[in-house]
Amino acid sequence: MALQAIAFYLLAIVTIGSGLAVVSVRNPVHSVLFLILTFFSAAGLFLLLGAEFLAMLLVVVYVGAVAVLFLFVVMMLDVDFGALKQGFARYMPLGGLVAGILAAEMIVVATAVATSGAASGPREPMAALDGLSNTETIGRVLYTDYVYFFQAAGLVLLVAMIGAIVLTLRHKPGVRRQVIADQVARNAQTGMRSVQIKPGEGMGE
Amino acid sequence: MDATTNFWATPGGWTLLAVGQIAAVMIWILLSLAFLLLADRKIWAGVQMRKGPNMVGPFGLLQSFADFLKFVLKEIVIPDGADKVVFILAPLISFVLAFGAWAVVPLAPGWVVSDINVGVLYLLAISSLGVYGIIMGGWASNSKYPFLGSLRSAAQMVSYEVSIGFVIITVILLAGTMNLQTIVAQQGGGFWNWYVFGGGLSNLPMALIMIPMAVVFFISALAETNRPPFDLPEAESELVAGYQVEYSSTPYLLFMIGEYANIVLMCAIITILFFGGWQAPFPTPFLESWPATAQSFFGFMWFFAKTVFFFFLIAMVKAIVPRYRYDQLMRLGWKIFLPTSLVAVVLVAAWRVFGPAQGAM
Repeated sequence: MALQAIAFYLLAIVTIGSGLAVVSVRNPVHSVLFLILTFFSAAGLFLLLGAEFLAMLLVVVYVGAVAVLFLFVVMMLDVDFGALKQGFARYMPLGGLVAGILAAEMIVVATAVATSGAASGPREPMAALDGLSNTETIGRVLYTDYVYFFQAAGLVLLVAMIGAIVLTLRHKPGVRRQVIADQVARNAQTGMRSVQIKPGEGMGE
Repeated sequence: MDATTNFWATPGGWTLLAVGQIAAVMIWILLSLAFLLLADRKIWAGVQMRKGPNMVGPFGLLQSFADFLKFVLKEIVIPDGADKVVFILAPLISFVLAFGAWAVVPLAPGWVVSDINVGVLYLLAISSLGVYGIIMGGWASNSKYPFLGSLRSAAQMVSYEVSIGFVIITVILLAGTMNLQTIVAQQGGGFWNWYVFGGGLSNLPMALIMIPMAVVFFISALAETNRPPFDLPEAESELVAGYQVEYSSTPYLLFMIGEYANIVLMCAIITILFFGGWQAPFPTPFLESWPATAQSFFGFMWFFAKTVFFFFLIAMVKAIVPRYRYDQLMRLGWKIFLPTSLVAVVLVAAWRVFGPAQGAM
C-alpha cells in the first residue's frame, strides 16, 4: 500500500504541476508537450485505480491522436506573442467574468460532491465481476444498460465528423486528379495516339 | 527454497527481479539489433549485388559494434537555434518508447516482463506515442527539412495507426482476450490454429479475411515505422534525412536504435497476433516430458525464428520496392486500408456471433 501511495502522490504532483505548466509556459509547443504529460500521468492514476482499460484508452485516444493534432496545429501556427498581448487589457474584464463564473460553478459543484456526494467518504473502487477483466466489465455495461446512449454518442460523433468534412471539403475546378483505375486500364491501344503534325504548326493542345 | 521464494516476494526482491528481467530483455534486444542491422545492410547489398559491410570482424559481423563506438565517441552537436531541452528529449523518448513496448511481448511460455490484461492496448498506446519523438525532434531542430520531415511523419503515423488498430481488433475478436500471452497460448497445436488462418479448423473460412488482414498489418507496419517504401519522413532525395538532419552522434544513435527496435517490435507483433508467437507450427505433445526451462527455450526459438523471418521480409521490401509518393501513401492508408479493415472487423464480428464457433470464448 505504501508503494501505491508513493506512486499516487508522484503521479498526482506531476499531473497538477504539468497542468499548471500548460497554462503558464510561454512557448505554445511546450504548453502542448506539458498537456501530453498531464494526460499521461492521468492515465497512470487510472492504472492505480485498477482501471487499466480506461488508462490505455486515455493514452491511445488523447495522447496518441488528439494531442498529436494539437501539436501539429500549434507547430504550424506562427504565434506572435506581441500581438497576443495587445488586446489583453481590453478583453480582460469579459474573460475574467467568464473565468469567475466557471470557477464559482466548479466550487459549488465540488463542495456539493465533497459534503454529500460521491466524495463525502472514503470509498473503494468497485471490484470487477468474478472472473471478468476490466475490459469485459465495461463492455457488458456499455452494450446492455447503456446501449442506446452509446449508439447515440456514436451517431453524434458521426454527425460531427461529416460536418467537419463538409466544412472543409472544397472542389477546386481545373485540378487534374490521379485516377489509378484509368492508369491501370491503359494499354498499348488506348495509351498512345498517333498524329500527323504538319511542319511549323504543332499540336496546339 | 522457502527463504528464497520469500525474498523474491518482498518489495526489494521483487524490484530486483523486475529490473533483472528488464535488463535481460533489453540486452538481448540490443544484441539482436546489432546483428539485425547488419543483416538489413547485407540483404540490401545482396539484392543490389554488392558485398555490404565486410571489413570489421569475420564477414563484417562486428560492423554494428564499430558503428556504435563511432557514434558514441563523436561530439554531440546541438544547433544554435534549437530548443535544447526538447532537442535532447526527442531521441530519448523514441528510444524509451521503443523498448518500453517490449515489456508486454511474450518471448516464450512464461517469459514476459509484464503479463497484463490489456497487453494489446498497451502496445497500441506505446506505438501511438512513438510519433512524439519524431515530431519533437523535427520541431526542436528549428530547421526546414527536419520540420517538413516530422510533419510528414506525424500525418503518416496517425493515418496508419487507424488501420493497424482495426486489424488488431479483428484478432482480438477471434481471440476474445487482449492478453498477449493468452492470445499466443490459444494458437498452439499446429499452424492451422494460427489467427492468420482464422484460429482453429472450425474458423477456417476466416482465413479469407485474416490472410489479407495480415498483409494489411505488414504494410501498415512498414508505414508506421517509416520504412521504405514509406520512408517519406527521411526521404534523402527530397529532405536530406528528414527529422534527423540536425542530429549527430549519440542522439542520432538513439533515434536509429529506437527505429530499428520498433521495426523488430512490429515483426514480433505480427508473429504474435497472426503466426502463433512462440508456438511451433506442428503439434508438440513431446514437450510435456521436457523441463519447463527447455520448453521455454523451445518456444523462444520459434518466436525468434519467426520474428527474424518477418524482419527479412521487411529488409527485402526495402531493397525491392520504390518509394511511394506522399498522396499515394495517404490514398492507400485512408481509402484502401481503412475501409478494408473496417469491413473485416464487421465480418469477423458477424462470424463470432453467427458462425459455428459462436460464444466459445
